[in-house]
This record gives sequence, C-alpha cells and structure tokens, in this order.
Amino acid sequence: MEEYAIEMRNITLSFKRKIANDDVTLKLRKGEVHALLGENGAGKSTLMSVLFGLYKADSGDIYVNGKKEIIDGPVTANKLGIGMVHQHFKLVHNFTILENIILGIEETKGGIIQLADARKRVVELCKKYSFDLDPDAKIEDITVGMQQRTEILKMLFRNNNIMIFDEPTAVLTPQEIEEFMIMVKNLKAEGKSILFISHKLDEIKQVADRCTILRRGKRIDTVDVDKVSKEELSEMMVGRKVSLKVDKSEAKPKNVILEVKNLVVAGERGHKDKVRNVSFDVRSGEIVCIAGIDGNGQSELIKGITGIKPIKSGTISLDGEDFTSKSIRYKNTHGFSHIPEDRHRDGLILDYNMANNMVFQQYFEKEFSNSGFLKTKDIIEYTQKKIDDYDIRSLNGPYSMTRDMSGGNQQKIIVAREMSKPHKLMIAVQPTRGLDVGAIEYIHKEIVKLRDHGIGVLLVSFELEEVMNLADRILVMFEGEIVGEFKDVKNLDLNELGLYMAGGKRMNMKEVA
Amino acid sequence: MKKSFDFAPFISSLVAIICGLVIGFIILLVANTKEAVPGFVTILTGSVAHGMKGIGQVLYYATPLILCGLSVGFAFKTGLFNIGGSGQFLMGSFGGVLIGLTCKSLGPMQWVVALLFATLLGALWGAIPGILKAYFNVNEVITCIMLNYIALFWVNMTVKGNTALFNTLRNESKDIPAAATIPKLDFDKFFAGSSVNSGIVIAIIAAIVLYIVLEKTTFGYELKACGFNKVASKYAGINENRSIVLSMLIAGAICGLAGGIMLLSGTGRHIEVKDVIPNEGFNGISVALLGISNPIGIIFSGLFIAYLTAGGFYLQLFHFSKEIIDIIIAIIIYFSAFALIIKMMLTKFANRNQKPEYEVIKEQKARKDAGIAFKDLKVKEE
Repeated sequence: MEEYAIEMRNITLSFKRKIANDDVTLKLRKGEVHALLGENGAGKSTLMSVLFGLYKADSGDIYVNGKKEIIDGPVTANKLGIGMVHQHFKLVHNFTILENIILGIEETKGGIIQLADARKRVVELCKKYSFDLDPDAKIEDITVGMQQRTEILKMLFRNNNIMIFDEPTAVLTPQEIEEFMIMVKNLKAEGKSILFISHKLDEIKQVADRCTILRRGKRIDTVDVDKVSKEELSEMMVGRKVSLKVDKSEAKPKNVILEVKNLVVAGERGHKDKVRNVSFDVRSGEIVCIAGIDGNGQSELIKGITGIKPIKSGTISLDGEDFTSKSIRYKNTHGFSHIPEDRHRDGLILDYNMANNMVFQQYFEKEFSNSGFLKTKDIIEYTQKKIDDYDIRSLNGPYSMTRDMSGGNQQKIIVAREMSKPHKLMIAVQPTRGLDVGAIEYIHKEIVKLRDHGIGVLLVSFELEEVMNLADRILVMFEGEIVGEFKDVKNLDLNELGLYMAGGKRMNMKEVA
Repeated sequence: MKKSFDFAPFISSLVAIICGLVIGFIILLVANTKEAVPGFVTILTGSVAHGMKGIGQVLYYATPLILCGLSVGFAFKTGLFNIGGSGQFLMGSFGGVLIGLTCKSLGPMQWVVALLFATLLGALWGAIPGILKAYFNVNEVITCIMLNYIALFWVNMTVKGNTALFNTLRNESKDIPAAATIPKLDFDKFFAGSSVNSGIVIAIIAAIVLYIVLEKTTFGYELKACGFNKVASKYAGINENRSIVLSMLIAGAICGLAGGIMLLSGTGRHIEVKDVIPNEGFNGISVALLGISNPIGIIFSGLFIAYLTAGGFYLQLFHFSKEIIDIIIAIIIYFSAFALIIKMMLTKFANRNQKPEYEVIKEQKARKDAGIAFKDLKVKEE
C-alpha cells in the first residue's frame, strides 16, 4: 500500500443543520501539489481546518505519514510537520518579519529572546529559496506578496513538510501570482507535499498534479489535472455547465451620468489622503471598472462618492445635478444604487428578516409606509415577488432571518434590492466577493443587463478576471490616484495592466482626459 | 411559509426564573432550615394570600418597574445602554413635586401638567448622554452614571433651598396635596388597603405604544436598524445620530414619567434629601433583561418581580430578613443574563431532528422547477 503524506478518511463534520463535510476522503501523496477545488461553502476550508486541528470531525480518521494521529490544535499539527497559510495572514503587524517567524517557538535565555541563531537560519532560508526579504522589516511596511512569503518562511523555519495554502492568490497582483506559482514548484521540487485550496481553474491547471473536487460537502472526484479540461473541472465543481465568459455586446455609451472632479478624500488622522485628486466620468450604457490592488483608495473613493465618508474637496454630479453636498438618503433616492463592499457590514441588517432588508432603501416610500407606519403586508408581498424573480433561496421565505441565509443568497437580497429601485447609476463594489461560480455568473449577467438598459455602471473589483469580463473601460487606481485608463479592454495585455496596478507604470492622466 | 412565533426567548426566561427560585430555596434552607419550606411558599403565594390588597400592592410595585424596564429595554433595542434611569427618575420626581406643590391654579389639570413636566425633565436628562454619544462619541454608560449623581445633588440642593418644597422637620419634600395626586380610578376600593392607582394603566399603555413604535413604524424600523448595525444604517441613508439622540430622549422620558407617577401617587413617597440614588433605574435593567427588551415581555417581567417583592415582604413572618428576596431576584437576573446561552441550547435541541438546510433548499428548487410558485403553495396550505 502506498504511504501518503496525509490521508483523511471518511471525514464528516456538521454545524447545526448544515453538513459541512460529508464522508470526505482526501489523500495527499508525498511530494505532490494537490488542489482542493470547490465553490464557496463547498467545505474546502472546513476540511483544512479539521486537518489543522481547528475543528474536530464528528467521525473519520486522519493519518499522517501512514500513522493514525489525533490533531487537536495547530500546535499538534505543527509538530506533525503540517503548516498552513490562511487566506488572511496570521501576522502581527507591528512585529518584524523575524519576530513573526519565531513567534511561538522563541528561544530564550533567562527570559530574554535569543534572535541571533534564528536570524542566521532565516537569512539562509531566504537565500536558498531566493526570497527577497529583510528580516528586520515590519509587516505593516511590506507588500502583501512579501507577507505571504513571510508566512511560507514561517513554515520552512518550522521544518513543515506538508503545506496548506488557503486561496493563496486572492490578494496578489498578476506578477506576484506568477512568482508564487514558481515558488510552489520550487517547494515541490524540494519534496514538500502541498495542499492548495482554490476556485481558480487556471491556477490549478498550471501548478497542481491532482485535484479533489468538493461540492456541497461531498467529495465528487479526485482527478489527474492534466487529464481533464477546465470546462470539465468547472462542471464537476458546480454540477452543471457554466459559461466562463460573460456574453455581452459592444457597449453603446451615451450621455455622461456620473461626473467626479478633483475628488480628495482624507485618510485616517495623521495619514496621507486616501483619494488624491481623482477625476473621471461614467456614461449611461457602459461599465466602467476601477481595477487595482485592495487598499489603494478604491473603497474610500466609493465612500466619498456615495457620501458615507466626508470628502475634503472636489465635486460629484449625477446627470448634470450637483450631488456634492447632498445627503446619503437624497443620493439613494435620486439615482444612486449601491451594492456595497461588505454585505454583512454595510449592506444588510443580519438580525432583520429578509423582507425588512429587501426594503432597506425604500421602507419610507409611499409604497411601503403610510404616515409613519410600515405596510407589512405590502412589504411581504413585494419581497415574495423578488424571491421569485431573483430565485433567492431560504428556509422561511420573506420571514427568513437574514443571518441564517447563505452568503450567495444574502448577496442576492442586496442585488435584488438595488436593481429593483429606480436608479441611473449602479455602483457595485466587489459584487461577487465570496460567491460561487453559479452566483457570479448570475450577477454578471444582471449587471450587463442593466448596462444594456442604459444605466451607468461603476464597478470596483479586485478580481482581474471579473474586470476583464465585465468592463467596457478600465481605470487603474494606485495609491489614491488614477494612473491609467484603458478603453480597448479586449486587446488589453494582462501583464501591462498588472504593471499599472503595482505602480510600475503610469499614464499622464491629463493627456488621457 | 408562515411567520412562526419564536418561543426560545420566552422559554429561556422561564428557565432563568426556575433556576433562580431553586437556588433561592437553597439559600432559605441554609439560612433557616426549619422554616425554609413555609418561607418559600410565602414568596410564591404571599402576594395573593392576602386578598385583593396583595394584588393591588403587586400592581403598585410593578408600575415603576415596568416603566423603567421599558426605558432600558427601548434603549437596548437601539443598541444603547441606559444606566442613567435613576437620574432620569429623580429628575422626573422633582418635576412632579415642583408642579404638584406650586401650581395649585391649574386645578384638575395639575397632575397632568405635573406628569408632563416630569416626562420633559426625564427626556432632557436622557437626551444629554444621547447628544454626547451621537456627536462627540462619548460612551453613554459613563455620562449616564455621572448624570445620576448630578441629578441627585442638584435635586437635593434645589429641594432644600426652596421653602415651598422643603419640609425641614423631616428633611424631605413636602406632602403632595390630595388635589394634585394622580387619579385612583376606584382601584383603592377594588384593591382595598393597597396603594395602587392609575399609574399601572399608564405603564401598560406606554408598553403598548412602545411596542407599536418599535414593530410597526418606520421610526422604530430605523431605531432598531441603528441598534443592530450602525454602518449599514448609514449606508441606507438613516441619520444614525438623530436615532441615538431620539432613542435616549424617549428612554429618559419614560423614566421621568415613572418618577412623576411615584411621587404623585399620594402614598407617602417623598424626595428624601439623602446621598442615595433611587434604585428604580437600576431595577429597570433587571426587568428589561428578564423581559428580553420586548415591551410586552417587560409588562410581565415587571409584574413578576413585583409579585416576588410583595411576597417577600411577608418573609419577615418567618424570621427571614426581607433582603433574601432581593438575593433571589438577583439570582434570577443572573440566570437571565445566561438566557442567550440557554436560547442557543434550545435552538440546537429544536433543530436536531430537522432536515439540513441544503436539503430544504433542494426541495424548494424542485418545487420551483416543477412550476409551483410559493404563492400557489401558500393558497393550498390555507
């Protein structure tokens, strides 16, 4: 019998009424890159958390290097040589790289930390894997890609031979993704066994040897990656055929809907401005996409435009009307629709039922209230109609507690709400974040439909694929400024775009405008 | 697909009460083993064992408990902690006494104006922490506590310094003339010998009004939205600062009303010039917790605690000190703080035998695919 680095046999784990993992078996060969593919909520992260000792399975066994082990926490996992890089890195921001690496296994002499030996080893490891890292740099000062390398160094420092990566490329630029892929190949050549969680088919094709597909908590299959096509993989993942490309015709932009001029939004107290002198417009019938790496002022730009954050200077107008100093309520009722960045934080009251959330932007309108009293019956009927139109699934229809619904269906409430109310401009920030392929496809189609109805769409996305699929025009944002505009999206070179996103290149925006 | 009533919070309060009573019984056993059983029976039945008078006393005790509970519960619903109920109560007491003693010319309207003025002062005392919270981000708990003391000393100073209000012999405010007390509505005849008056009716009306405001109006919708999620409320264009101020203002008004009612009851209650903060506002926190901040639930939790208090009064017949009843109430409140955990356990228990979510959704999809919309199903079910 072949000895596996990791064998998870018949793992079952359920939360409340949801089965997260249903009799899942996963076998990781020594020295292979094994991808774990599945939609959001398919149980990938849960399965890895079981392996890392963060959750305890209801039933099933874990074998590490052929020996049955009980993993009751990350410390045990580490002792067995298992390391994990979480999607959101677990680093202390005001510590140096070196301090982060030794955290938890510090050597001390008389209560004082001994750094010299550790530093020597870290430098050696950096040289060996050609990581360009300064051990004394603070985490808050280095790029996301470097932070990820710090996480990898952490595993190498602990001599972990089994490495788990949870959606490692979600936060990286195209260049950084390429570097990461090379890194994974190097680690594999070193004899490390790698588990790689992803729902990006390109990456899996590029780097993985085998792939296990999960759907709704069940293992669908384990396949050799080079023997299946991307389409076959996505079909196994979703359970039906999905189109990976968005069907859309040429945009026919008309009059200017949104005009932003010289907008400045201040940063936190004592920090520099988050949005610096940004000007652009959105026309009706086009999708303008703001591309860029997370944290370059996109979210502040949107907050400034919608009025959630006060602006320092600049003007905003909608369809010729000056919107600069209008209230949020006025903007929302006079042409803005806004799918916010974080559905839990911004878009929904999780402790309200679906019906109350469905009218969150309109509860005060005549349709839903009468001299200060809510028309509950009308609200329920309206919600029921939206449930049918947008195929929102839940346990109790309009009365379902929003908190108990799945992420995709929660997002559908917001999408239904914002698309149904009268508007001229749709501002969508990360509208498909954390959604599965089926839901993404659906929301993309709806956005294109809006555009074809003559609505201006301003889209902010950190997913390049989404940007390339939807945009009629791309604006690249870097450190609070717009550094590039691309009108010909079809013939755009991804690497070129990546250079702009990473600040390596910029256009003279005055010339463009 | 009907709106189902959620029993979990109700049951969790019930469990809290039972746990509190059991431990209370143990305390009685420890204190005096021989008389523990009759003592315990007295706690449970003392209020009704003494005829209509006992029931009247329960209603009298319940009046400030319900009102202050409503005040705290209302603020809770908006995500605010009104621990300043006592200060607001005191300001209301002062307002009631001031009008009750000085404005004889108002005639039969005197008690109404006195209550309105009491409410107004309470509202003012609630609005201050609200404004500080909304516009200067000062924690309302701290300002509320400080305002309790400011109210105490300011009221003491003012009462003492005003000969029209102050009874120097007894170091307290003067008796309210019978003409200025709130109507008894013949309750004093029905519940003979008790202190009950129309205050209980006002309290119950207040609870119903607040329930309607919270559940049926756009104003309540906004207040609750702010309480659940301030960021999202702002995104939807709700003025969350206004909501905070209004919520605290209303909460203060209700406590002020409670203060006015108690002082104008004509039951011998006075503003005593002492350095002690009245405990009504703090009792309101317990009542709100036990009633899970639901206005209707608060009516019952207020009545229940009043019932225990009235029954506990008779504990002295069995050589127990009447403070034991306070201990038992405190234990019940402790357990109702665990209500959330109990609720979670209940939900888990209830869901154990139900189908997993994805299977229900699969069924729904199958129905949909078969061309049966929910609406049709609903009709068939009914």
